[in-house]
Amino acid sequence: MSAPSRRLELGRVGESVRRIDAIPKVTGEFAYASDLFAAGMLFGHTVRSPHSAAQVKGVSTMEAKGMPGVHAVLTHRDVPGEKRYGLEFPDQPVLAMDEVRYFGEPVALVAAEHPEQARRAAAAVQVDYIPQKPVADAEKAKEAVRELTIRHGDVDAAGEVTVSGYYELGIQDQAFLGPESGLAVPDGKGGVDIYVATQWLHVDRDQVAPCLGLPPSQVRIHLAGVGGAFGGREDLSMQIHGAMLALQTNRPVKMVYNREESFAGHVHRHPARIWAEHRATRDGKLTNVRMKILLDGGAYASSSTAVCSNAASFAAGPYNVPNALIECRAVFTNNPPCGAMRGFGAVQTCFAAEAQMDKLAVALEMDPVELRIKNAIAQGDTLPTGQRIEGSLPVEEVLRRCAAIPEPDAEELPRDPIRLPGGAGNTTRGDGVRRGVGFALGYKNICYSEGFDDYCAARVRLYADAGGDLIAEVHSAAAEVGQGVVNIIGQVARTELPEIADVVIAPHSTAAVGSAGSSSASRQTWMTAGAVRAACLAVRDELERRGGSLAPGDEIDEERVYRHRQTSPLDPETGQITTGPAHVAFACAAMKVVVEVDVELGLTRVVWVGTAQDVGKAMNPQAVSGQIEGGTAQGLGLALMEEIQTKDGLITNASFTDYLIPTALDMPPVISELVEEPELAAPYGAKGVGEPPTVVSTAAILSALRNATGRELNRVPVKPDDIVGL
Amino acid sequence: MRVALTVNGEPMEAEVWEGESLLYALREHLGLPGSKNACEQGECGSCSVLLDGTLVCACLVLAAQADGHEVVTVEGLGADGSLHPVQEAFATTGAVQCGFCTPGLIVATVDLLARVPDPSDDEIREALSGNLCRCTGYAKIFDAVRMAAGS
Repeated sequence: MSAPSRRLELGRVGESVRRIDAIPKVTGEFAYASDLFAAGMLFGHTVRSPHSAAQVKGVSTMEAKGMPGVHAVLTHRDVPGEKRYGLEFPDQPVLAMDEVRYFGEPVALVAAEHPEQARRAAAAVQVDYIPQKPVADAEKAKEAVRELTIRHGDVDAAGEVTVSGYYELGIQDQAFLGPESGLAVPDGKGGVDIYVATQWLHVDRDQVAPCLGLPPSQVRIHLAGVGGAFGGREDLSMQIHGAMLALQTNRPVKMVYNREESFAGHVHRHPARIWAEHRATRDGKLTNVRMKILLDGGAYASSSTAVCSNAASFAAGPYNVPNALIECRAVFTNNPPCGAMRGFGAVQTCFAAEAQMDKLAVALEMDPVELRIKNAIAQGDTLPTGQRIEGSLPVEEVLRRCAAIPEPDAEELPRDPIRLPGGAGNTTRGDGVRRGVGFALGYKNICYSEGFDDYCAARVRLYADAGGDLIAEVHSAAAEVGQGVVNIIGQVARTELPEIADVVIAPHSTAAVGSAGSSSASRQTWMTAGAVRAACLAVRDELERRGGSLAPGDEIDEERVYRHRQTSPLDPETGQITTGPAHVAFACAAMKVVVEVDVELGLTRVVWVGTAQDVGKAMNPQAVSGQIEGGTAQGLGLALMEEIQTKDGLITNASFTDYLIPTALDMPPVISELVEEPELAAPYGAKGVGEPPTVVSTAAILSALRNATGRELNRVPVKPDDIVGL
Repeated sequence: MRVALTVNGEPMEAEVWEGESLLYALREHLGLPGSKNACEQGECGSCSVLLDGTLVCACLVLAAQADGHEVVTVEGLGADGSLHPVQEAFATTGAVQCGFCTPGLIVATVDLLARVPDPSDDEIREALSGNLCRCTGYAKIFDAVRMAAGS
């Protein structure tokens, strides 16, 4: 069940290194959470609410319990410990008690010998609901998860030119390809081992154990192969459920969500409504940015408080803004719960802020890139939260480098229809096709913010193998979700321990090492590099103390914890920093986009993307450009096609037939320039790179679409109706 | 019911329930979990296999329909412990991130290159448009196909 130890043969920090899990992944041997097998295992299934708001009067499990192959049917009464859990607040029931608050909320669990038996038994569980009127409109929500207002300078400061706008974003899904899955195995002594696809092993354990009524030592979480995450695996899915079924039946229990269930099985990107007003002098200096942001957090808190903080903190973009009033509110509704997704609040406000900057450029008759350069923030400048930029944030350099990437000339007609809007649909010969070029800039924070004790442990065991070669075995709980942190671990060990013959990366588990923190917030490369480096240096010191060599059978074993600098919460009244900075560091990206639109059919084609990104130091350049290309694709999806459709809180498009994500035909070539200005506080100067491309790409594509159509296009995803009929 | 089929050159048999897909039989009965299940409705291509040499989504084929037929999965592409050139190219170019889509994309690429040994960029994009990837943005997958075509 546990992944075999993996060996890293080549590569130091800064080199493009082949993924060490590439071979098992191309041969089909790599064990994803849905591939796990244990002798005698049962299959679990979740009974979910068909209502977005209802009272639950009772749950009858009698019929289901008597069905063939069924070993257990559990309800909230069977939760052995705490009945609620949550990332920030324990507000989410393990299984619904007297009410359900969102479509797909778990109500009961079934374990059976065949997944089809489990599905049928789940359908036979009778739940007595009294449907209630759902709160489906965020503007009508009564309760806020968090309200944060940033008051900076003179909030009423005027400008000579004012532009305003209203912007809206739909709900985006992470749509990772590997649905939520895991295997829970009872240990025969009252404890349980859970093999699961997740982003943070230890925080899973700390939520699971209290609900099982077990001490943390009896709940061991092991990383199974993760088929993508993008924030959607920060919250728990099957962990407690699988463990309850396994402990109840004393059999291993596997749970694998199907795609429809996956849409209800994790939190999504917050849909947003944003009202923005930008004021500037006639020569283009921003004087005041005013923004109201409404985030729909859905039914439970998840990480809405932090998303709210980010949306507000980065609302004005990486610009020098002397005065600002930014009001952000994240509310509870009966819509699908929202939480972490790549870009985490910054995506939403970047979309609005960059549209505003384009509007301002038009009003000032100024080149949009020049306007951005004129207002670019730099080291030593102050953000609207009062935080000074102390580390690296090369905004102007990123803008100039991106602007200098030459975009391709317009391709002539006639041409193969696959290179026209509508593509393989062969819908046009090009008659109604117009071209547009757009530009945007975005930024966000790196690492956890606002006083969170964000740390990362790593353990290095150095030993001499039978041939006398030194081998470094690295234990880390850092979740490899596809981003390549396993390579970072190996590269750091190779760099810091040049005397070793090989690096072996041990399975990621809560049982062998302390917490690595989450593979989120573009933090894991920074944090894990820091922890592995510290452990390697400790090992090296000890090796020197022992004369520089180890006899076969001897070993050195050191665990170290790395922390980034401390942060402090924003003031709840003013949104200003309190005892220290609120955010650790920042990274920015600029993007230039060429689009074509068919104004007769409303179809779009993104032709080309050029981007420059502030990466600090490219630890593995091939992986960095891979993150930029993939992050851009997710922003393209939000711009053009991705939205969870709801009606009174019910999801109506929970499939890949109806929720579209970009295909090979939708993605243009992405030219990426890496701007390497080291972040001095970070190990090797490296910033995280996963999120900036997603933050900026939606805004950049919309800028190009506006250029092509002349329309305001204030809502994403853009639909054919928004473009057609020019 | 009992089905007998040839998988990756080996004769195999399995006792299946009539409603089970070829994908379920491969993964749960025949010990071949390389083909992935991501959508169960033929939209994502993660379960792509060759059925009598034709590229299909194994989730849309009943196990019973494969009775008497020949199936090739990602596990059957390499020979004698060495990688198929398409597998080698995916590993080398960085076309693999989380890798969940990779087996299906590799089988689809093997199918493309068997039909079109030197595909144009447009042919590559169209041929792989039935295989969703959420991590890479496809650029390095295209690099892999071009590299494999040249090898």
